Amino acid sequence: MFEDHLKVVTLIQEAGEVVGRKKLQKMVYIAKKLNFPFQEKYQFHFYGPYSEELTLKIEELCNMGYIHEVKEKVSGYSQYRYAVNEEGQNLLSTYGAQIDKLGSCVRSMNEQSSRFLELVSTVMYFEKLEKDEIKEKVQTVKAKQKYTEEEMDEAFNYIDSLKGQVQ
Amino acid sequence: MAKLLGKLHEEKVFKDPVHRYIHVRDELIWRLIGTREFQRLRRIRQLGTTYLTFHGAEHSRFSHSLGVYEITRRIIDIFQEKKTWDPEKRLLVLSAALLHDVGHGPFSHSFEKVFGVDHEEFSRDIILGDTEVHRVLLQMGEDFPVQVAEVIAKTHRDKLIVSLISSQIDADRMDYLLRDAYFTGVSYGNFDIERILRVMRPTEEGVVIKSSGMHAVEDYIMSRYQMYWQVYFHPVTRSAEVILSKILHRAKELYETGYTFKRELSHFKTLFDGNVSLHDYISLDEGVIHYYFQGWMEEEDSILSDLCHRFIDRKLFKYTEMVSFTDGHLLSSYFTEAGINPKYYLVVDSSSDLPYDFYRPGEKEERLPINLLKPNGDIRELSRESDVVEAISGKRRTDHKLYYPLDLIEAIEDITLKSKIKEILNR
Repeated sequence: MFEDHLKVVTLIQEAGEVVGRKKLQKMVYIAKKLNFPFQEKYQFHFYGPYSEELTLKIEELCNMGYIHEVKEKVSGYSQYRYAVNEEGQNLLSTYGAQIDKLGSCVRSMNEQSSRFLELVSTVMYFEKLEKDEIKEKVQTVKAKQKYTEEEMDEAFNYIDSLKGQVQ
Repeated sequence: MAKLLGKLHEEKVFKDPVHRYIHVRDELIWRLIGTREFQRLRRIRQLGTTYLTFHGAEHSRFSHSLGVYEITRRIIDIFQEKKTWDPEKRLLVLSAALLHDVGHGPFSHSFEKVFGVDHEEFSRDIILGDTEVHRVLLQMGEDFPVQVAEVIAKTHRDKLIVSLISSQIDADRMDYLLRDAYFTGVSYGNFDIERILRVMRPTEEGVVIKSSGMHAVEDYIMSRYQMYWQVYFHPVTRSAEVILSKILHRAKELYETGYTFKRELSHFKTLFDGNVSLHDYISLDEGVIHYYFQGWMEEEDSILSDLCHRFIDRKLFKYTEMVSFTDGHLLSSYFTEAGINPKYYLVVDSSSDLPYDFYRPGEKEERLPINLLKPNGDIRELSRESDVVEAISGKRRTDHKLYYPLDLIEAIEDITLKSKIKEILNR
């Protein structure tokens, strides 16, 4: 019962605090692509892989009182911060299960910018293509973000390092 | 692009209860409709198990797909005069609109969850694989099928054409809201589509809405909100969906543990093995699924047989508002004690389990919102301009229900155990 919700709470707990919904979306997507047991369905959207199911699940967790959400204004737009509250921590200690090796990956992702995680998740979305094709695809679908060649190489290296951590 | 398929000698029309007529002038579209992969959509209901709640909801993905095509065709007719519209894209968008759901299987949402298949991947495979659809598309040029697949997958470079098929106010959503409202018989799904089409404006980054049309869009948002809570998340429909999903889980579990089914599992075998081919997938429709469920009613396994009876005979689970985590776990242990397997008979269903949503603008760069075009050229997100939209989109609303078989609980002989279970369920 609520196993998938618990996994999301675990991820946020491992991160400590996640600033921005976009960042949280990409963190769960990348974790899923690294074969951590997240079940949320993702589709490609304007800003990269996005899961409506995850958005609703987080909303549910906030309504159930396990996740604390803070809405703040940053340069004219809304931004949300997420952390596990006391109730959520009690829940994890009673019913939660450790997800092996998730913690270090999540903390590492949380240190990255959401722009970079958007790039990383987009690269992973097209992982079936060859490296050059992925780069071309990213430049096409993310033309507005103007990712540099260096950023893309950095993304490939970062994915390799994450994969290394989970092996 | 070499257009080998041109205009039809005579326009074809389909009589449609929602749009009155669906007009087909292009040979390409006519031939796509005639393919076996598209015709298969006639045998897949648009709303899955909703017909068990709203008996009129028997409409198919075929009629919805034609509807999405028709709305897109009308939008393009309006866009023809705009400078930002590229008329060369017309057949690409129309093909994508028509084929956007071609990869859906019977009761897709449950199948996807249980077997890990993805209808979007099958849409891509049908468009790019060895299929009648692919052969028709290929006549428009070697690259044409790939482009259609990219528009549907939302990875095409042209954001405008992607947004016509897939955005917060697109041809897909507009058709399914109107069509689902019509066939379920509810009155709150209607909105003024003609007005919305007239105030849509093409931009490089997608469709925006002229601000003078804001009230028509408010009506659309209200319809979406009401349909979400009154039809898509109807607790009785969800009960049928819960049972359907448990049937699939049980059959898969039995297969994996070496159970011998009375009936050959030819259609399900590759699904259970996790290597379903395109050919196997295309052969699945609701008729096939019902045939298996009818057969499984006679199986020795009492759980599979009982769940199939419930689905076919509409003896659904009862529901209550979700109890706490602690009570849920307690109930689970009581069920086990009473000999009722909680894995199949005690199920939480959440709003996040639904493939539908209602409009919420979200955070910057979280997802693309509905944007209004002001007379001075400024772009503003809808809920910042509309009090009505702000009121319903700013509020958090989620729901969880706990489903259980009341008849099995009533039959528990241990009176104390039965009353403990009922006490929690009635809290």
